[in-house]
Amino acid sequence: MTALADTRILTGRSLRHITRSPDTIITTALMPIAFLLLFVYVLGGAIEVGADSYITYLLPGILVITIASSVSYTAFRLFMDLQGGIFERFHSMPVARPAILWAHVLTSLLATYVSLAVVVLAALAMGFRSGAGIGAWLAVAGILGLLTLALTWLAVIPGLTATSVDGASAFAYPLILLPFVSSAFVPTDTMPGPVRWFAEHQPVTAIVDSVRGLLAGETAGSELWVALAWVAAILAVAYALAMKAYRARIARTR
Amino acid sequence: MTAAAIEISGLRHAYGDLEVLRGVDLDVARGSIVALLGSNGAGKTTLIRILSTLQRADAGRASVAGHDVAAAPAGARAAISLTGQLSAVDEVLTGRENMLLVARLRRVPDPGAAVDRLLARLDLAGAAERRAGTYSGGMRRRLDLAMSLLGDPPVILLDEPTTGLDPEARREVWAAVRELAAGGTTVLLTTQTLDEAEHLADRIAILHEGRIIVDGTLAQLRALLPAPTVELVEKQPTLEEVFLAVIGAKPAKEAS
Ligand SMILES: Nc1ncnc2c1ncn2[C@@H]1O[C@H](COP(=O)(O)OP(=O)(O)OP(=O)(O)O)[C@@H](O)[C@H]1O
Ligand SMILES: [Mg+2]
Repeated sequence: MTALADTRILTGRSLRHITRSPDTIITTALMPIAFLLLFVYVLGGAIEVGADSYITYLLPGILVITIASSVSYTAFRLFMDLQGGIFERFHSMPVARPAILWAHVLTSLLATYVSLAVVVLAALAMGFRSGAGIGAWLAVAGILGLLTLALTWLAVIPGLTATSVDGASAFAYPLILLPFVSSAFVPTDTMPGPVRWFAEHQPVTAIVDSVRGLLAGETAGSELWVALAWVAAILAVAYALAMKAYRARIARTR
Repeated sequence: MTAAAIEISGLRHAYGDLEVLRGVDLDVARGSIVALLGSNGAGKTTLIRILSTLQRADAGRASVAGHDVAAAPAGARAAISLTGQLSAVDEVLTGRENMLLVARLRRVPDPGAAVDRLLARLDLAGAAERRAGTYSGGMRRRLDLAMSLLGDPPVILLDEPTTGLDPEARREVWAAVRELAAGGTTVLLTTQTLDEAEHLADRIAILHEGRIIVDGTLAQLRALLPAPTVELVEKQPTLEEVFLAVIGAKPAKEAS
């Protein structure tokens, strides 16, 4: 009970960091929107995806990029807490310890949902249309939320271990690039052998394909289960490693 | 119930090969103010961090308000409040928001009133609505201290609480600390300014080469030195002279 109350209090605190500097949400949404514009109005004409509209094909991958750039702020905020000593203040107080990290994770989840909504609205303005019902939209929100949780716990690791601000945020770059080698922008069958094999067997493709299917109003196929398995596996591994980094951090004599 | 609010016995701590604490014994009576003196690097911060459950000792025991810091850290955390050597405030939040955050985490009844009282107390009421990131070093220090006083913890640990404060702010902090002790709160503080120990503390403990080599009242410490030389005016040895004598250092020559 007190752990829940502590989590609520501490989440309120870090959400306030975001409302104080809304640029973190804007910056998070800005890059994906720039990608949307670039791919739809500059490159899209030359890309053949066999779908009605390129933006409808493109959006799921852009949403994954939005998540990747959003979670990197968790690493940043956690790093700043450690630097400033407030992390240790909480640890010397009668505060449920899991609440200290969970507050950052829940903050990331909420902030990411806001950024995702902004990106979807921008896509609607650029002509994205979906015939998906409320159930499919909820499923999309669920799988993207799980992915956000998984990547946020991944972001906790550099947040706890980095020795500089840049180090804390740099881990997001490979995550942002991963969608490019997936079915997010072009169908994988246009890629040469080994790249194609990688693209077809990496998690972004499974996630993007499932989200695309759900938004197109198709009944969920096997790729949805593959995507869920990937996300659950990343979540489990990231959480375990984050807890390990946390224990090492608080055991470390400064 | 034991009489001492802080009990430390045989406490040892090493960083790799560097043995910082080599068997520290110290009791702090409830409601008293004890100043822990020691040169830079003597291990004062290490000792405070062990008492705050931020660091584990290699050997020995330490307890606060009857809670062993290693075996019952949750109880210990509920009993203490720490003002660390580096101030730990949230720079994005205002002074009042920082205070309210701690008040809520400590489940202080009527947090708003408690916060206002302490902000006024440490002369921060005027800056309460400003972000802590815009505070001067001294203001930040006072905010840090005010945050520690919320919720009336029975034991307060202060690591160099007045470093960086101007004389007036220092006196405000001293007054706040004295008032706390008068109300029954136990205070263990470290300090570099011997003057502070002389004016504030009921007892003074000197940490040197990993042990508490002296622990007593100012009068008891003075008695450690040979009788004051009788010249025209009898001069009491200052704590500085006592300190340097017991750690075996030569007083620095006054630049003339
Ligand atoms: N994390 C650490 N790793 C290695 N050595 C450390 C660590 N923390 C402290 N030390 C060393 O332990 C010794 C005691 O440090 P501590 O900070 O406890 O001293 P202090 O009495 O508080 O000093 P000061 O008056 O300068 O604040 C110093 O020699 C310091 O360099
Ligand atoms: Mg120190």
